[in-house]
Amino acid sequence: MILPALAFYVFACVTVASAVLVISSRNPVHSVLFLILAFFNAAGLFVLLGAEFLAMILVVVYVGAVAVLFLFVVMMLDINFTELRAGALQYLPVGALIGIILLAELVLIFAGWVTGPGVATAGVGGALAQPGGVTNTHALGALIYTRYGYAFQASGLILLVAMIGAIVLTLRARVGVRRQNIGVQIDRRRAETLEIVKQPVGAGVDIAGAASTTAVARLTSGRG
Amino acid sequence: MIIGLAHYLIVAAILFTLGIFGIFLNRKNVIIMLMSIELMLLAVNINFVAFSVYLNDLAGQVFAMFVLTVAAAEAAIGLAILVVYFRNRGTIAVEDINLMKG
Repeated sequence: MILPALAFYVFACVTVASAVLVISSRNPVHSVLFLILAFFNAAGLFVLLGAEFLAMILVVVYVGAVAVLFLFVVMMLDINFTELRAGALQYLPVGALIGIILLAELVLIFAGWVTGPGVATAGVGGALAQPGGVTNTHALGALIYTRYGYAFQASGLILLVAMIGAIVLTLRARVGVRRQNIGVQIDRRRAETLEIVKQPVGAGVDIAGAASTTAVARLTSGRG
Repeated sequence: MIIGLAHYLIVAAILFTLGIFGIFLNRKNVIIMLMSIELMLLAVNINFVAFSVYLNDLAGQVFAMFVLTVAAAEAAIGLAILVVYFRNRGTIAVEDINLMKG
């Protein structure tokens, strides 16, 4: 009995401490790393609760995708972070005030939480959280693909829209970049790029002459 | 030493408050603001899962998964907007954005 309680307190304390460091860290890279730590410990809390599937999803999706995305953006953008930190303390009093009020309210609500009679027996949403015989993942899958099938499809659609939106937002056509134009390359014919000139021996070559310049121009235009 | 529902709810409450506090504290740095939003969503997820387990109802975990999906989409779009904003302005100071005013 003592071990789960100890594990809960360790996970909870590390989660809260890393959340504090996320918002107070000077370097955003450290913030992202502490965010990852917070997610890992929240996954530990989920495992303690018996929601293994969500714990694994949290690690895979958040640590594997979202936090790494944050890390990429933080490292990719060349930002002067010390400049951004300046003046942060001016918001400290009002932020602390609102935070303390909110925390007091939430704790007052949650600490005195009593489940009404007849609620705890339920399984109103369609399935029990601790079903006998099957694992959490199995039970969740049996619920998602049947009862919540349409909502599941909708969440897939949301992800698709987010993906397309992110690509459209960040895609840009740079000017002044020479790209390979495959259509032009394939369209070239020998007659319009190459010209055979009968050159008399000893007469020299007129490089500035019309025929050779157009040939050179055609040769280069095929690439650009 | 029994860990009950209230313990998890209080952890979630603290996380949520820290998220809100982070938004107030980092009014200029939009990256930290996005991370604070992620913290708040994590707190919401902890609430969902805790209630789901203590009310013995799997629907809460399903909903927590949907919250996770939306949070991932939100992070992707938010960071894309951030990258575009940085390209246009050369900074991510969002304290005085009024580009949309016209």
